[in-house]
Amino acid sequence: MTPTQPAPAATGRCVVVGASMGGLRAAEAVRKAGFTGEIVVVGEEPHMPYNRPPLSKEALGGGLDPAALRFRIPRAAGDVTWRLGERVAATDLAARTVTLENGDVLAWTGLVVACGLRPRRLAVPGPPGGRHVIRTIEDVQRLRDALSPGARLAVVGAGFIGCEVAATARELGVEVDVIAPTAVPVERPLRRMLGAALQRRHEARGVRFHLGVAPVEFRGGDHVTSLLLGDGTELPADVVVEAVGCVPNVEWLDGNGLDLTDGVLCDDRLRVEGRADVVACGDIARFPNPLFGGVPRRVEHWSMVTETARRAGHTLGRALTGAEPDPAPFAPIPSFWSDQYGMRIQSFGVPDLGAEDVRVLDGDLDDEVAVGYHRDGRLMGVVLIGLRSHYMRYRALIAENAEHDRGGAPVPQDRVAERTVGGSRA
Amino acid sequence: MRIVVDLALCQDHGQCVFSAPQVFSLDENGKLSFRDGATDTYISADLDESLRDDVEEAADACPLQAIEVEG
Ligand SMILES: Cc1cc2nc3c(=O)[nH]c(=O)nc-3n(C[C@H](O)[C@H](O)[C@H](O)COP(=O)(O)OP(=O)(O)OC[C@H]3O[C@@H](n4cnc5c(N)ncnc54)[C@H](O)[C@@H]3O)c2cc1C
Ligand code: SF4
Repeated sequence: MTPTQPAPAATGRCVVVGASMGGLRAAEAVRKAGFTGEIVVVGEEPHMPYNRPPLSKEALGGGLDPAALRFRIPRAAGDVTWRLGERVAATDLAARTVTLENGDVLAWTGLVVACGLRPRRLAVPGPPGGRHVIRTIEDVQRLRDALSPGARLAVVGAGFIGCEVAATARELGVEVDVIAPTAVPVERPLRRMLGAALQRRHEARGVRFHLGVAPVEFRGGDHVTSLLLGDGTELPADVVVEAVGCVPNVEWLDGNGLDLTDGVLCDDRLRVEGRADVVACGDIARFPNPLFGGVPRRVEHWSMVTETARRAGHTLGRALTGAEPDPAPFAPIPSFWSDQYGMRIQSFGVPDLGAEDVRVLDGDLDDEVAVGYHRDGRLMGVVLIGLRSHYMRYRALIAENAEHDRGGAPVPQDRVAERTVGGSRA
Repeated sequence: MRIVVDLALCQDHGQCVFSAPQVFSLDENGKLSFRDGATDTYISADLDESLRDDVEEAADACPLQAIEVEG
């Protein structure tokens, strides 16, 4: 299994850790960049790569057909070796090997880090029964089985996933309480104004919010029957969903001197700390974006997974075939959506960077609306509820502003003003 | 090469338009314009090979994976 001599440039072996969307797209891109050696994708889950966003939406609401979530395998990835249900335990970047949990050692000439995140668990005492997270097909099957009509669900955390679970559960006829330490749901990145508008929509459908508090104890025998909150409230609940963010799966990279403080630090070609033979992509990659200030950040957006994977795979494939990487820095426009009660929330850019100056650009907060997030007068991000016919326009505006900031042609001020002062809606 | 779009799956995200604006567009209501006149499936005419990269990118970028590239 271990090559006895250095592999010729276009052969060797590319190992991809993580068999989800990022791993699939990266494998495809490595192949498309001209690498002809073996590609092995190792994935802990027993499934071929599948699409996660429906897990908290249609799959939770309407039962689950895991087969329908599976990604098509494109031709470029047709000859990839899939090692599913296997976990990588460690890697030695100097020796260029990964060690699987079962003891197998795989030598590589190129490595793709595509191992994503796992849900953070609450460090709150109490029985384990009835406590759920939502990241995998199995998680959703378990949660769905628990959400029979008449069940009482407590969602801890009011981010997008928590809000989606709350919305889906209401539609299933379940009683829902949402508990979060923030002042409004999705406070980051939406901020107070839009977060409060979203809260009103949930409340109109019967969701009860408990904000500015956290659970301090789960009560019950083997199974949760109630939650004790920090303010002394005791909330009855037989199902708890912990939707309090995620933790990067970096442990297997330990011992190689990498910066793993928040995911895996990459350069603007998605190379891991400047190594030509190691790249990262998807939720785990922390990379700079010159369009948004250049500070390395992790982005947990579905669309960014494919963008980073294509670029990372291209960078690695070129390196493995002895070609120079694409000289242009990676500079994507982030985009995110969420569906709650049949309404689409769509974001472009980085709203969080414009938290100081939030303005309604179009529409009405309690109806369809576009909200802009500005810094020093520049539009950093926009979030729309509904207003689908405005997507192209706002995305283009974010891109124009970003190019301007990078030193491109200035955005004519009248164009910005026209769209940031009130605005009419047909 | 041609594309097949499952319009029953498509939820008008518009991601395809960002990737391949020569092929995909949204109408004034924010709906995928292929919906006009098509029923459950839209099948394109033969597309120029020069569009392949963009069209494959659109297929990857579709959140519902509703786009298939054939040929
Ligand atoms: C419930 C839910 C709803 C979402 N909804 C939306 C949405 O509406 N809009 C949006 O923009 N985004 C959404 N997202 C985010 C989006 O799905 C993620 O950004 C995307 O799945 C990340 O893909 P990835 O390939 O980077 O990581 P992952 O999908 O996390 O895949 C990583 C894979 O690596 C495996 N792995 C980890 N460690 C190892 C190891 N040591 N050895 C082998 N394998 C390993 C894991 O088991 C996993 O299969 C949602 C996510 C979830 C969970
Ligand atoms: S990206 Fe997919 S869901 Fe969105 S409009 Fe295009 S085909 Fe429809």
